[in-house]
Amino acid sequence: MDTVHACFEEKIGEVLLPGDVFSFRLPESGDGSIKTGPGLRRNGEEVQVYKSGILRHKQPNMYWIDSQQRRVRVLDSHHVIGIVTAKSGDIFKVDVGGSEQASLSYLAFEGATKRNRPNVQVGDLVYGQFTIANKDMEPKLVCIDSCGRANGMGVFGADGLLFKLSLGLMRRLLAPQSEIAKDLEKIFPFELVVGMNGRVWSCENMTSQQRQTLFKRVAEGSL
Amino acid sequence: MRDTPLSNCERRFLLKAIEEKKRLDGRQTYDYRNIKISFGTDYGCCIVELGRTRVLGQVSCELVPPKDSRPTEGIMFFNLELSPMASPAFEPNRQSELLVMLNRQLERCLRNSKCIDTESLCVVSGEKVWQIRVDVHVLNHDGNLMDAASIAAISALSHFRRPDVAIQGRDITVFSPEERDPIPLSIYHMPICVSFAFFLQGSYLLVDPCEREERVKDGLLVIAMNKHREICSIQSSGGIMLLKDQVLRCSKIASVKVSEITELINKALENDRKIRKEGGKFGFAESMPKERITTLKRDEAPVEMTDVKETANEIVNRTETPTEAVSSPVLVAMGTAQVGEGIVNSWGLDEDEEDEPQTEDTKTGSVDCEHTIYLKSTKPCKQK
Repeated sequence: MDTVHACFEEKIGEVLLPGDVFSFRLPESGDGSIKTGPGLRRNGEEVQVYKSGILRHKQPNMYWIDSQQRRVRVLDSHHVIGIVTAKSGDIFKVDVGGSEQASLSYLAFEGATKRNRPNVQVGDLVYGQFTIANKDMEPKLVCIDSCGRANGMGVFGADGLLFKLSLGLMRRLLAPQSEIAKDLEKIFPFELVVGMNGRVWSCENMTSQQRQTLFKRVAEGSL
Repeated sequence: MRDTPLSNCERRFLLKAIEEKKRLDGRQTYDYRNIKISFGTDYGCCIVELGRTRVLGQVSCELVPPKDSRPTEGIMFFNLELSPMASPAFEPNRQSELLVMLNRQLERCLRNSKCIDTESLCVVSGEKVWQIRVDVHVLNHDGNLMDAASIAAISALSHFRRPDVAIQGRDITVFSPEERDPIPLSIYHMPICVSFAFFLQGSYLLVDPCEREERVKDGLLVIAMNKHREICSIQSSGGIMLLKDQVLRCSKIASVKVSEITELINKALENDRKIRKEGGKFGFAESMPKERITTLKRDEAPVEMTDVKETANEIVNRTETPTEAVSSPVLVAMGTAQVGEGIVNSWGLDEDEEDEPQTEDTKTGSVDCEHTIYLKSTKPCKQK
């Protein structure tokens, strides 16, 4: 049995502090590699914990530390919600909540050509994916995936409200079997777009009659 | 740094909500947010919290020669500063329009209304008068800075005490607070600004707009009033057309709000005076709630006990009788007994089948002899 996994398995679901160390020896078969996520750092033969939190595990070999933090750390290929602030020439400037505004080329939409420009105005919401997101360069967003399809990305949000969430809640909403989303679905029909930068857009198409009955139910506390 | 821009959908949402007379935080159209006024250890220092907007007011005094045109009057100096910690949109050393507007409105509200008796600030006519300086710093911007700033300024002025002076001929002796008690300023009345934000070309108005609402407003009307229903100043900005009865309605609302706020300020001043007289602790550190979790102390919560017996009897009669529990232990092996049924074991290690004949094994095929656990008679029996 892998001694690697044995060391980690003991601690899954436990709170770890920075400085905790797991030592492991890579088995000869070669398929005993481990993927370390946020909070864990490899240091030669050891894996060190550098953030306090709970150790989580995903099959087959991914481990990471689930910690609470307020600063958004966005990496490549994260999907975010951005607000268009300016149109300059060929690119849009999009605010994603960071210190720099991201640039989004007008050709990075599905079906966009030089003649056929996308209909994006200043102040619109866009759901896009980062191609460049490191601290040394200006971040770059695109609204198509590598095959050229939109895949849910692009301009959206004619109605509805954009608001900010804590990162922990956002991760719980994005989890594959999210209980929060399931519970909310039962109450009323809605559309939800969650960005990894802590922004959430939500919209529901209810008549005011339905809304009044819903508020009455909430006021009575029957939910 | 730049402030987060307002997206079109947020703007549409806010305006639609205002049309339906709804606000984001659930207030009514004419409701103010919670106002909290706290004073510091020095006289003349005050922090006002209007919802999440926080403003600090500080009053200080100095003996200076008077102005040539008014040799018998003291000097009042007002200064408002937008600290960069209040909002990412505020940058240091930048004269923004908002700053100029706030400063001018504060001056007009306090200086032109003659709320402070400047003649009483004269010490030696033509030579020495008191200069009272009011500094207002904005610590957090969540909308409606004008109201918060005016409340902070007038509370700080009411709280302030200037040193006592004695004049003998041309000699002026200024007494320190230890020698003689400092004297409060003579304040005639308390002018307070009330802000009204107008939306959709003046058809809807909101009192005390928060930051989001301020961004979508069309125009702003600020009325400075005191509790005797005297208007000290009116300012309308944004270029919207207002009807006469709209302005009159706003002034009626403002008089109600101003009397409430004046009462709040007086209560806060009274509390502070009482605590200082009794010798208790005062200052900002005392007015902030301490958030502590103590394990040794438990608060006794009162519990309503009047109809407990009836409710308990009802519940007992309603529920079915529980099934008979098996109470005799079953001897499994030497030193091991079992009472009742076990549940699925959630331990990661493999266990010997002997120990748990009733429960299912998680890994039936891969029992590793090295990881068996043997229960000895000295250890307590496994009871589930």
